[in-house]
Amino acid sequence: MKHETKTHGAARAVAPKPALRRFHQARWDEPIIFELSVAGQRGVLPPEPEAAIVETAGDVFDNLPASLKRKTAPELPEMSQLHVLRHYLRLSQENLGVDLNVDVGQGTCTMKYSPKVNDQLARSHKLSELHPLQPLESAQGILEVMYKLEGMLKEISGMERVTLQPGAGSAAIYANISMIRAYHEARGEGAQRNEVITTAFSHPSNGAAAKVAGYKIITLPPDADGYPDFDALKAAVSKRTAALLITNPEDTGIFNPRIEEFVRLVHSVGGLCSYDQANANGILGITRARDAGFDVCHFNLHKTFSTPHACGGPAAGACGVTKEIAPFLPTPTVEFDGAKYYLDYNRPQSIGKIRPWYGVAPNLLKAYAWIMSLGADGLREAAEIAVLNNNYLLHQVLKIRGVSAPYAQGKRRIEQVRYSWEQLASDTGVHSEEIGWRAADFGTHYWLSHHPFVVPEPMTLEPTESYSREDLDEYARILNHIAEEAYSNPEIVHTAPHNSAIHRIDQESFDDPEAWAVTWRAYKRKYKK
Amino acid sequence: MHRIGLIVNPLAGIGGRVGLKGSDGIETQRRALELGATPRSPHRATLSLLAIAEPDSPLEVFTAPREMGETSASEAGFVPRIVGEIHSGATTSADTQRIAREMTSLGVDMLLFAGGDGTARDVCASVPEGFPCLGIPAGVKIHSAVYAVNPRHAGELTQLFLAGKARLRESEVLDLDEDAYREGRVSARLYGTLHVPYRPLMLQNQKTASPASESRQMEAIAANVIEHMQADVAYILAPGTTTRAIAQALNLEKTLVGVDVICNGKLILQDATHAQLLDLVSRIPARIIVTPIGGQGFLFGRGNQQIGPEVIHKVGRENIIVVSASSKLNALRLQPLLVDTGDETIDELLAGYFPVITGYNEQMMCKVSV
Amino acid sequence: MSKKQIVYPYIPNSVPAVKDAMLKAVNAKSVEDFYADIPESIRFKGKLNLPEPFLSEAALTRHVEGLLSKNQSTRDVLSFLGAGCAQHYVPAVCDEVNSRSEFLTAYAGEPYEDHGRFQTLFEYESMMGELLNMDVVNVPVYDGFQATATALRMAGRITGRNIALLPATVMPDKLSKIRDYLKPDMQVELIPFDEGTGLMDMSALKNQINAQTAAVFIENPSYLGFLETQAEEIGKIAHANRAIFVVSVDPISLGVINPPVEYGGDIVCGDIQSLGIHMNYGGGHAGFIASRDEEKFVMEFPSRLFGVATTSVEGEYGFGDVAYERTSFAVREEGKEWVGTAAALWGITAGVYLALMGPQGMEELGRGIMQRLRYAVRKLNQVAGVKTRFSVTPHFKEFVVDFNGTGKTVEQINQALHERGIFGGKDLSAEFPSLGQCALYCVTEVHTQADIDTLVNAIAEVTK
Repeated sequence: MKHETKTHGAARAVAPKPALRRFHQARWDEPIIFELSVAGQRGVLPPEPEAAIVETAGDVFDNLPASLKRKTAPELPEMSQLHVLRHYLRLSQENLGVDLNVDVGQGTCTMKYSPKVNDQLARSHKLSELHPLQPLESAQGILEVMYKLEGMLKEISGMERVTLQPGAGSAAIYANISMIRAYHEARGEGAQRNEVITTAFSHPSNGAAAKVAGYKIITLPPDADGYPDFDALKAAVSKRTAALLITNPEDTGIFNPRIEEFVRLVHSVGGLCSYDQANANGILGITRARDAGFDVCHFNLHKTFSTPHACGGPAAGACGVTKEIAPFLPTPTVEFDGAKYYLDYNRPQSIGKIRPWYGVAPNLLKAYAWIMSLGADGLREAAEIAVLNNNYLLHQVLKIRGVSAPYAQGKRRIEQVRYSWEQLASDTGVHSEEIGWRAADFGTHYWLSHHPFVVPEPMTLEPTESYSREDLDEYARILNHIAEEAYSNPEIVHTAPHNSAIHRIDQESFDDPEAWAVTWRAYKRKYKK
Repeated sequence: MHRIGLIVNPLAGIGGRVGLKGSDGIETQRRALELGATPRSPHRATLSLLAIAEPDSPLEVFTAPREMGETSASEAGFVPRIVGEIHSGATTSADTQRIAREMTSLGVDMLLFAGGDGTARDVCASVPEGFPCLGIPAGVKIHSAVYAVNPRHAGELTQLFLAGKARLRESEVLDLDEDAYREGRVSARLYGTLHVPYRPLMLQNQKTASPASESRQMEAIAANVIEHMQADVAYILAPGTTTRAIAQALNLEKTLVGVDVICNGKLILQDATHAQLLDLVSRIPARIIVTPIGGQGFLFGRGNQQIGPEVIHKVGRENIIVVSASSKLNALRLQPLLVDTGDETIDELLAGYFPVITGYNEQMMCKVSV
Repeated sequence: MSKKQIVYPYIPNSVPAVKDAMLKAVNAKSVEDFYADIPESIRFKGKLNLPEPFLSEAALTRHVEGLLSKNQSTRDVLSFLGAGCAQHYVPAVCDEVNSRSEFLTAYAGEPYEDHGRFQTLFEYESMMGELLNMDVVNVPVYDGFQATATALRMAGRITGRNIALLPATVMPDKLSKIRDYLKPDMQVELIPFDEGTGLMDMSALKNQINAQTAAVFIENPSYLGFLETQAEEIGKIAHANRAIFVVSVDPISLGVINPPVEYGGDIVCGDIQSLGIHMNYGGGHAGFIASRDEEKFVMEFPSRLFGVATTSVEGEYGFGDVAYERTSFAVREEGKEWVGTAAALWGITAGVYLALMGPQGMEELGRGIMQRLRYAVRKLNQVAGVKTRFSVTPHFKEFVVDFNGTGKTVEQINQALHERGIFGGKDLSAEFPSLGQCALYCVTEVHTQADIDTLVNAIAEVTK
């Protein structure tokens, strides 16, 4: 060490760099965009029509009734281009994408790396500027991608056909239940079969989508080991059963080993079985929906198949179905006649459209590219490492004071774990949600659980294959640090976050019709007069 | 200027520290003190008051004398106005009841009380319907839904309520039969309701059912039940807010803690006894509509003993309709519901699964254990 | 020789030594230990039959670009296709913002980690609110089809009634989605349209509306491009019957066209693809639903509604979910329909677009589209045998071209146009047989006078 450190060392008053990352989110204090408006500024100029067009067209509003002509211009912000860009870039710095953090904290969401190359490929005008109605011979490339992606998902699920039309996972759940409804109707059992069975640890959209489809919902509680209660299923099934909608492994990360019995029991009364494969990331190439007897299943391409989550979409869902259900698939299907790819609309038993056109094409391309970059061995490696990562993290987390992994004690988990901070909360008064706010101070996400909170003080972690051992160690260190704080200095946790772009939000207005404001105009009306 | 009342039950929770189950009864309390127990409720009340920090809006605190509130308020830095009189070291539940009544007549905005289920019962028996109250948890066993999660939250909730930022929810006051409890039997009963401030939790992920959504849920349950009601069948409504909602949907006024009977849209029995019910079910076809009692989730045998085993036997298992807000089942962590009718054969008959109606066309398949 | 061990770039722990060390750390012999709960009977044996992978990024790029090169994009040719998915100019800043990792790869974080997502989506809702003159706009749903289907279900829940009246000019695909989605609880009835003007048959509406009518629905502009000029009157009839007036709009028209709330619209819905989002072969859609700020409307939205609030720091804004307990996230099947991942990033993008355009841009753009459309209509009507339909009615962006007088089918014409580097309009002959050989054409700000002239000349040539 050089002596200058000594001579100038006296100025070094700050504490040394701590073991944990000294994260601090950007804090731009960025105003609401309307407050940046300067009258007259322009962000882009639309192309002007040529003089001949203007002249030939004449007064285009001459036959428009007064009720249809806009009287006053919309009060949109007026900003120069740089100012628009800068506003959004500043806000982007107050947002934590997967690319920036050890994103194992958003359990059930399968936060994996979305390869940049796939995004880049999808931005090509050869995809982005395709119109869905252009001649089929001019869209053979994207149709081939869709056809081959279906083929790969058929193999991964063991199913007969796959539709790529749904806009995301919940839309896929709905598409499946809609096909199930059509199947029973076609057999003359539509009115009779009016009940759908799901489980307490399945994604809320299973019950919710089936309710929209007109079904009565029966929920099975978990048994003492955390598995869906098989005896409860026995009590629930009947000639009224249309379907069982179930996830496996459930959000606890526990695989239901009796799943074949569940499926057989439902089949024995004439019901169908729908497999919500939102949690498929740990079982790719390990076990398949069809092998357990399921009639339909769905994947979330934005989870398991790496397409970016995009702040909550655009996403893509894919439904796999057996031969018996295939006639009911949404229109159109993508077919190949040996020479060219085409769209088949001639499907008399189809449920019709789930969304416009054929699916979220850029996401389909990204999922295709992801599978093509890994192949069968790579997919299995992804699954196995996701599971290894999860069990490694489980091992590290259980060393932390005040946390437990309820149910199936001593057993391994698949790709995620629902933990409980019940002990810590009872010891220190610090709640799981507060731990989450404190976790934000270290540049990470954290998630509790879907409703209902059957596991008290829940925390759900899902470390996908994208994270290194060092990443997992870092996340465990953060949790450990917060738990230690809860025991020694709970106030710092109670008052978190400290390093975020903003401070504790006043929640009261959000449930009060007099006070809530979903738009800036509503806010101005209610608060600024 | 806001005014709050504070009543501390200095003996709440005293039994727990020395291994006694609960603190009810002078004998238990005396033994607890002999065993060296020190009261913890005064300190917890202080913690709550410390959490009400609103310097720009002065707060006037009305308390019971000495260990029943004055001490706690002084420790938190308040100069309280004293209400009522007590005998230090020999306070009773009658003190709580008397002082609670006095405070509400003095115009306090809200009444805070530190204690357990027994204290909540005393307050419940004394304040007018709908009066804002909130419990500071200090008892050994707390089954009532009128307590904050911890003393600090009680203070924060109080502050939010005084600032007009928290609405009230009707919450159940439950208590155990402590004699039975010390003998190892668990028995919860519904004693009434109090109106306590409700805070939408800080984060959507942890939001529990709000008063509005809970009442929507009860309306949905009621609609589901009423849709399937048949003419000339007697519907025996067990105690509870969920069963009361069914009567309300029919524009009928049901007793909260009693058993009422509806037939053809009319109340034909109010606060019925076991004998009356037995007579009824032997004359006309009947169904029982029952909801689990919070805390341990007893379906039969706690707080609804009027519906005795003979009645259940006559009505038959298939004519029992179980209803519950899903939040209540979730609070029980979806664990089995319990029965203890006093007749083992009937208990065995009830064991197994019941589809519990949790909403319109929504059921949870719940297990019933003996 | 044993297989070469692959270390996957997307899977850091696929390094064999790391894997071994981690297994050891958790006392596992192999990853098989973790799968102990999965019974042998359902274990997949062997290796999935998938194509050989392209392990290097270079090889993958070459492969995928090879596939994409088989496509001909609307940049390669001249396209007049619309039907609810239109070619508009996408400003570079829109793509710049939605390509940012921070937005593109985020998901469901809380308002503290993901403040940017909450603020940008609140701003999107707010700018849409200005365009629509409405105080409540949702975080986007999947697409305009879904937005319409949900808006109609909302009307059903609000009124407690079960019939939705729709104009017979609704796109059949959209109608299919609506019928499927409403099926268990609501019926859809169509109101015929006037063959000359395209407008709703008012006497049929008065005839069909009754005490079971939950909603009267119109589109402005309609699927066939004309504006429903009787909108105000239709709204009055709906309200006189205590039905909800649901209006679908193309938001890009609203710089010049009156927002529906001004002529009685109660719930307004539509698709935002036109606002700065590439067509993406039909994968660029997102739907919006808007209403007045009344509890009875707000409580029926299934979607997330991000609201603004104060924080513990004076002057700071924070955001959160308004009336969260409506949603299936909070109360599962007890919620209103469902909420899940949908199309948030397209909402952010549309917000960027509206900020760039500003009031003046939206006005100029809307006027320019109407001018181009009228120019195209006038030019096409000069072609022998070709005329445009419903021409007495004002139009926005799309219009129907009638080829019945040419003796040729739309299919033949489109084939010939494609050979000349033009994507002709959508063939309507199957969807609307009563129209015979008609096609739906779309012109936007991307079309120049030369483009339109090229089209008109080509049509003249191929219909000769």
